[in-house]
Amino acid sequence: MSDVVITIISRPLCAFFEWFGELGVFCSRVTRAAFHSPWEGLELLRQMDAIGAKSFPLVALAGAATGVVLSLQTRDSLTRFGAKALLPEVIVFSLIKESGPVITGLIVSGRVGAGIGAELGSMRVTEQIDAMEVSAVDPYKFLAATRVLACLCMLPLLTLAADSCGIILGWISATLASPITLQLFMHRGLQDATLSDFLPSTFKTVVFGLIIGFVACFQGMRTKGGTEGVGRSATSSVVISSLFIILADVILVRLIQVFFPS
Amino acid sequence: MIRTKSNSQPIFVQKLHKSFGSQTVLQGVNLATVQGETLVVLGRSGTGKSVLLKLIVGLQQPDSGSIRIHGHEISGLATEGLNEIRKKIGFLFQQAALYDSLTVEENVAFPLARHTSLRDSERRDRVHRLLASVGMEKELTKMPSDLSGGMQKRVGLARALALDPDILLFDEPTAGLDPITAAEIGELIVKLKKERNLTSIVVTHDVHGARSFADRVILLREGKVVFDGPFSQLEQSVDPFVVRFMKDAA
Repeated sequence: MSDVVITIISRPLCAFFEWFGELGVFCSRVTRAAFHSPWEGLELLRQMDAIGAKSFPLVALAGAATGVVLSLQTRDSLTRFGAKALLPEVIVFSLIKESGPVITGLIVSGRVGAGIGAELGSMRVTEQIDAMEVSAVDPYKFLAATRVLACLCMLPLLTLAADSCGIILGWISATLASPITLQLFMHRGLQDATLSDFLPSTFKTVVFGLIIGFVACFQGMRTKGGTEGVGRSATSSVVISSLFIILADVILVRLIQVFFPS
Repeated sequence: MIRTKSNSQPIFVQKLHKSFGSQTVLQGVNLATVQGETLVVLGRSGTGKSVLLKLIVGLQQPDSGSIRIHGHEISGLATEGLNEIRKKIGFLFQQAALYDSLTVEENVAFPLARHTSLRDSERRDRVHRLLASVGMEKELTKMPSDLSGGMQKRVGLARALALDPDILLFDEPTAGLDPITAAEIGELIVKLKKERNLTSIVVTHDVHGARSFADRVILLREGKVVFDGPFSQLEQSVDPFVVRFMKDAA
């Protein structure tokens, strides 16, 4: 009986640690490939377009919606405490410090993570990745490193887009309830802001980009089991990268507080 | 990179063993080819024929044994060294494995763009010649999904020939094709052998096709070579397994 219990517990535990070990090996292999010639510049640009430019509308919309919701929700609370004048500051700070980066990370994880997981998974099960290796082209460089680098570069830019759209739509929402010029709204919103409020929180999305790129490429390239496996890879890419983004955010927020105190 | 005495043998495999978990796939396989020879590997499904090809090209690592390509030991070789050897080997996959985001022309140009210093116009000319050699010169701008199975195999063959290899490996080149298309692929294999003096290993179930393009046949059973000789000898064999295999394949 105890043997059965040990087996039931140890199997998933072993699989869990095995997965982390394989992910570590994969990350080191992709990182090594990324820093060695030949450079796949064209493929990197193609991926930056696919990951960055094509995610822009979705990220901008999510940022805008967050700005509107923040404006609607906080107005009542601030009015109740007699601090309505702080509304621009609350919207701007909430967006640039937390909502913008996290929402961008999660949206890109959903759109891009699933896409990469499914695309590489499909390439794996149809032997396209094997064909690439046989052609003496390193798939860890051509397929994985380019996608990871593209995620890493595009996440901060997309975060800026989400922040900007959120602030503008937050202002529109605020001004519909109580007219205020954009200039005054921005002045109030940014009057106490410093670079240490803005830069660390924007650039923490580089870590989110790394997480999305590495996890989605890893899940895609280890796909097994035909089309069903491709579906599993796409789903697990989104689930795991979203989970890691949330966990990483907790750690990064604390680190930012320590190294960039207000 | 270890260089051995067997340079005259393009492919030399000795005591090759491979298992996946508790399933033993290859048990001490030995084979050697001579330049310009077409070796056909026959056997029932699951006897390790495709695994043998993947081991030869370094896509999988053997548990033990030796694989030498033109005298270079490849088992345990680092990726850089392995890639140099891979440039001299063409591989036609069972489902052709064309890159589905690229056109026919881009598929064939893919290895050329990475391993040659050809100018765009020279590369385009070479791609057109390669596609013409497999009868696909009119399908340049088509996507792989717009091609039939036979057409995909032809494009896959053109891509496999792009770097002018001297070894060509075929994994089930006629599988899933109608008899006429399968015969056309068989004719292509013979034509390539004549024109380029290629050393080929063809893994197949197609005994009729094998008769037309095989110089020599090996038959695998439970991961072991149970027959090695010309096709005519295979047909005359009295070994019960060989007799049954040929009878079932007929």
